[in-house]
Amino acid sequence: MRASKPLMPPAFSLQSLGLQSRRRQNALMKGFAYVVCTLMAVAYVFPLYWMITTALKTDVEVFLVPPSLFPKDPQWGNFIASTQYIPFWLYMYNTLVICALTILGTVISCSLIAYGFARVKWPGRNLVFLIYLSTIMLPAQVTMIPLYIVFRQLGWVGTIWPLVVPAFFGNALYVFLLRQFMMTIPNELSDAARIDGAGELGIFWRIIAPLIKPALATVALFTFVATYRDFLGPLIYLTEQNQWTISLGLKMFQNMYGAQWQLMMAAATLTMIPTVILFFLTQRTFIEGIALTGIKG
Amino acid sequence: MTAATHARNLNLNARRLRSLLTGLAFISPAIIGFLAFAAWPIVQSLYYSFTDYNVLQPPIFIGLENYRDLLNDRVYGIALRNTLYMVFIGLPIHLIFDFLMALLLATQIRGLSIYRTIFYLPSITPVVAATIVWLWLFNGQYGILNVFLEWLGFQRIGWLTDPRFTKPSLIFMGLWFGGNTILIYLAGLRDVPVSLLEAAELDGANALRKTWHVTLPMMSPVIFYTIIINVIGYFQYFTEAWVLTATRDGSAGGPLNSMLFYAMYLYQSAFQLFKMGYASAQAWILFAIVLLATAVLFRTSGWVYYRSEE
Repeated sequence: MRASKPLMPPAFSLQSLGLQSRRRQNALMKGFAYVVCTLMAVAYVFPLYWMITTALKTDVEVFLVPPSLFPKDPQWGNFIASTQYIPFWLYMYNTLVICALTILGTVISCSLIAYGFARVKWPGRNLVFLIYLSTIMLPAQVTMIPLYIVFRQLGWVGTIWPLVVPAFFGNALYVFLLRQFMMTIPNELSDAARIDGAGELGIFWRIIAPLIKPALATVALFTFVATYRDFLGPLIYLTEQNQWTISLGLKMFQNMYGAQWQLMMAAATLTMIPTVILFFLTQRTFIEGIALTGIKG
Repeated sequence: MTAATHARNLNLNARRLRSLLTGLAFISPAIIGFLAFAAWPIVQSLYYSFTDYNVLQPPIFIGLENYRDLLNDRVYGIALRNTLYMVFIGLPIHLIFDFLMALLLATQIRGLSIYRTIFYLPSITPVVAATIVWLWLFNGQYGILNVFLEWLGFQRIGWLTDPRFTKPSLIFMGLWFGGNTILIYLAGLRDVPVSLLEAAELDGANALRKTWHVTLPMMSPVIFYTIIINVIGYFQYFTEAWVLTATRDGSAGGPLNSMLFYAMYLYQSAFQLFKMGYASAQAWILFAIVLLATAVLFRTSGWVYYRSEE
């Protein structure tokens, strides 16, 4: 999408001007950046390292003072034990069901809404879009209580519907992202299809939808990560223990059996694995998506 | 008016009407969503804020009593102050740190993608799982952070047990989740025109001056965006503090409520005590504060420099 432009000017332009000290300065800066970045990288990785090594220790070794930096006899069985200690697979299944439905709802609704804002010209659309966009800034706490009361009257407390159904009615941030993307598609494409007698839904489905696949992938990914990480929603609505998501389950079990650190760390590791794998598979989509939301904001 | 132009006008109007209807049809999920999940609940929660409502019995109108009670609620005051602490101290620390990290990454170091991955990864790990890991790192007796401090010859710290350290501990932990902002800044830095930096260099500007006089102004829209988004986010600070402090009986907030935040107290009022009216009044005050903060930020945004579109 975006060409990456180097921040620092290339070296030859400096050399040709004979700015030797500038070059030395740049080299110095770079060296400094290496040292600091590497130190910081080690610090950033450390909590994850500590999580995994703790997960591999015995319940005695966990409390060793001073702690062993590497497990003496790695207890791979801890990972299996942690999935029994917490009903891990049930909670993972619950989480993935909510994620799948949320992604489905978000992708469908947001792409239709974005089409209405980007590809159909109607009077007042920019003003309406601006009002809609302002809902991004609305704190969830303001709407939380009336929504809870309505969902309660519908008998939806204790089901996944309060977490899933709103996704089918759009999300202003993702609509914004898709709209930006759709506006870059030349109008001639739609006009040609219109002359051929295609309806707007046909144009949306046959022409626009295939072209915005990369942006849809970004929306799907971001929705997955946000839903998978969500805690407050499940905390409010998933009142039955067998409905809990993995995040909710982890916290509840930590409260009940806090001191089993090796099992908690094993469960935490397993919980992180799906997002980490997904990240490595789709790194580009993630990074471009962030640039898109951040810059054009 | 001739019949022909009249017909053309009618035709034009009909076309405009049709495109209006088509547009509205496409955005209809947003219209329903806006009304059902934003507009109506905002108004409804304002109404609840003037009532005594425990969900089981119908709401009883009590005027401004909830708001008056909040003024005298000491714990509410603590939650509000703790939240302002995060907004005014935590947030600037985080954004400055993220910006400096992005600046370092933008020096075209080799292996950028590896560093970028390492800094970004924590911000997509599930918050609860990651926070439980931090709970273990912060552990007073066996936590590695205290072991490390002792090894360096310092005193142990009650990261989560000493009210003087609890909020700094949260800020410290928050640095680890900053990858998203680092990437936003990094993308912004790549958009700073090289020609401007070269021009500044020819004029004899050193790295510091280039950053101050070229990079920062060019980055100001991105910085402004991250400030707005994060101010709103920090006012809703919840999950990390909840996971670190919530106990089995449902109480949360840590020692002397030093980690009790606005959204936590609101959650407790609404979903543990079922004081829906009282919680709605808190929600509306939060809404007012966030609106005010956003308005102030926009009013004082003279420092933001918008490049005209090339």
